Amino acid sequence: MGVKLLLDKANVPGIRTYEVYRREGGYRAVEKALKEMTTDAIVEEVKKSGLRGRGGAGFPTGMKWSFIAKPDGVPRHLVCNADESEPGTFKDRYLMEFLPHLLIEGLIVSSYALGSNDTYIYIRGEYAWITDILEQAIEEAKAAGWLGKNILGTGFDCNIHVQRGGGAYICGEETALIESLEGKRGNPRIKPPFPAIQGLWMRPTVVNNVETLAAVVPIINMGGEEYAKIGVGKSTGTKLISACGNINKPGVYEIDMTITVEEFIYSDEYCGGMKDGKKLKACIPGGSSVPILPANLLLTTAKGEPRYMNYESLSDGGFATGSMLGSGGFIVLDEDQCIVKNTYTLARFYRHESCGQCSPCREGTGWMEKILQKIETGKGEMSDIDLLWDIQRKIEGNTICPLGDAASWPVAAAIRHFRDEFEWHVKNPELAQTSNFGLQHYADPIHVPA
Amino acid sequence: MATTFNDTQMTEFKRLVARYPEGKQKSALLPALHLAQESFDGWLSTEAMDYVASLLQIEPIEVYEVATFYSMYNLKPVGKFVFEVCQTGPCMVSGSDNIIDYIKKTLDIRPGETTKDGLFTLKLVECLGACGYAPMMQVGKIYKEHLTKEKVDSIIAEYKALATNN
Repeated sequence: MGVKLLLDKANVPGIRTYEVYRREGGYRAVEKALKEMTTDAIVEEVKKSGLRGRGGAGFPTGMKWSFIAKPDGVPRHLVCNADESEPGTFKDRYLMEFLPHLLIEGLIVSSYALGSNDTYIYIRGEYAWITDILEQAIEEAKAAGWLGKNILGTGFDCNIHVQRGGGAYICGEETALIESLEGKRGNPRIKPPFPAIQGLWMRPTVVNNVETLAAVVPIINMGGEEYAKIGVGKSTGTKLISACGNINKPGVYEIDMTITVEEFIYSDEYCGGMKDGKKLKACIPGGSSVPILPANLLLTTAKGEPRYMNYESLSDGGFATGSMLGSGGFIVLDEDQCIVKNTYTLARFYRHESCGQCSPCREGTGWMEKILQKIETGKGEMSDIDLLWDIQRKIEGNTICPLGDAASWPVAAAIRHFRDEFEWHVKNPELAQTSNFGLQHYADPIHVPA
Repeated sequence: MATTFNDTQMTEFKRLVARYPEGKQKSALLPALHLAQESFDGWLSTEAMDYVASLLQIEPIEVYEVATFYSMYNLKPVGKFVFEVCQTGPCMVSGSDNIIDYIKKTLDIRPGETTKDGLFTLKLVECLGACGYAPMMQVGKIYKEHLTKEKVDSIIAEYKALATNN
């Protein structure tokens, strides 16, 4: 069993309630931080831990915190990004649903460190029942004196508010999230200024993912140095992975980033192997926007070394032969899955979610969807494949926010690694409607198909 | 029907606005639109949006541009229960196409349509964060997961019973 820092108490009956959470040692981090530590010391501890943003970008959290401006007389805000919308990702939902007080505890410590007296949780609108769970947890914490005025007699005031979004993937981008929190369309802002200088209501703001803020609790309890000893290299601590697709045990797993991808997929502790004894064809290891990899490149790097479930190893080889850990949304595809169709549904998703501000993304995502639909429905031409490649290249890097990149990468990687499957679709338009290209040379080389 | 909040709804509206600093009441717009949609038959008419604008002391256009941007706000009347079925990658690889076809056939409607009895609307949506429990759909506040044809039948029966009992 690997180390568990976040989900270790997830199965304790009643852990969702304040009484049980407190009895199991909850809110110790708040006591320690508020009574024994200065705000600078907390930021230092988070820096030492090596914690990287768990939303997908992997930016060092301590460094992000240290950027926050502190002009006199201007309130600062911490905003928790609970807009989890990246296809394949459902880890924050799990954490908030079953361990709401862990997030609240992390938020109190982080709000204290950053000087936020009014902290907001921006949760995706569809997670309506989780909003109720969080609001109840906040009430419980308030009744027990962990929130409100003069917490633990330290003079620190803090309130946490939950705001539901309205259904828009783009609001996971931090400046779009801020716009949405201000009651506007989720159009990302041009940076600079960065939120740390001018964020919510033009006040200094830090936006962090749910899992990131929850991880602050074990970091304070055990110390940053101890936390950094878990994991490997710059992938410190633990990471929540939400696994889905054609596997035996879809779900949310906490890993310590030292296990191999092979172990994650095939061991009973995690995914439990492929469903119905099928063969592994491909995987999108870090949420829908990261490059899809065929089985051979997923399990081993281009150099033939085992690939591990961490930031560095998953991106080994760059986009030519690697991918990214991203948000930890791990989507597994078996031999029966069609890469063209899968890519088409993702392209449709990004067209639907483009905010429309930047032409390359607004127009390009629509073109990619249409061309992929054309190929998928047997009306494609060979030149369409090159056209797709050309369009994605013209979106990437040419937009205000990373949604353009997120829309381009899945298309690029699908063509890069599965071009013959696209060509097969074009050459066999009728056959492609009733059968799939299958495995060909993409099969898992370790678990050799019979 | 009335497009003004009753006392309970107004209390909730005031609670939403109170979360934000003085003068930043526009921030309550998204939650206020959810409240309006729940209060006024599951959709936002122009009257409902204008009402929210007047309560928040903002221009109606500020409400329209938000209501049209986010996918959860219905700008046309919907059935008593809206089946929002996910069709994105992870649900697709887990068989959401079959579920969508089955719902279409069973209810005899296409996506975006409402059954003649006004009970059900079918809406196809993009990823709702239930990828490990696919295929899935959302009905109101509830996620219905691990869908099969049998499960769809029982969900339809469940909501028909609910409508009869109310």
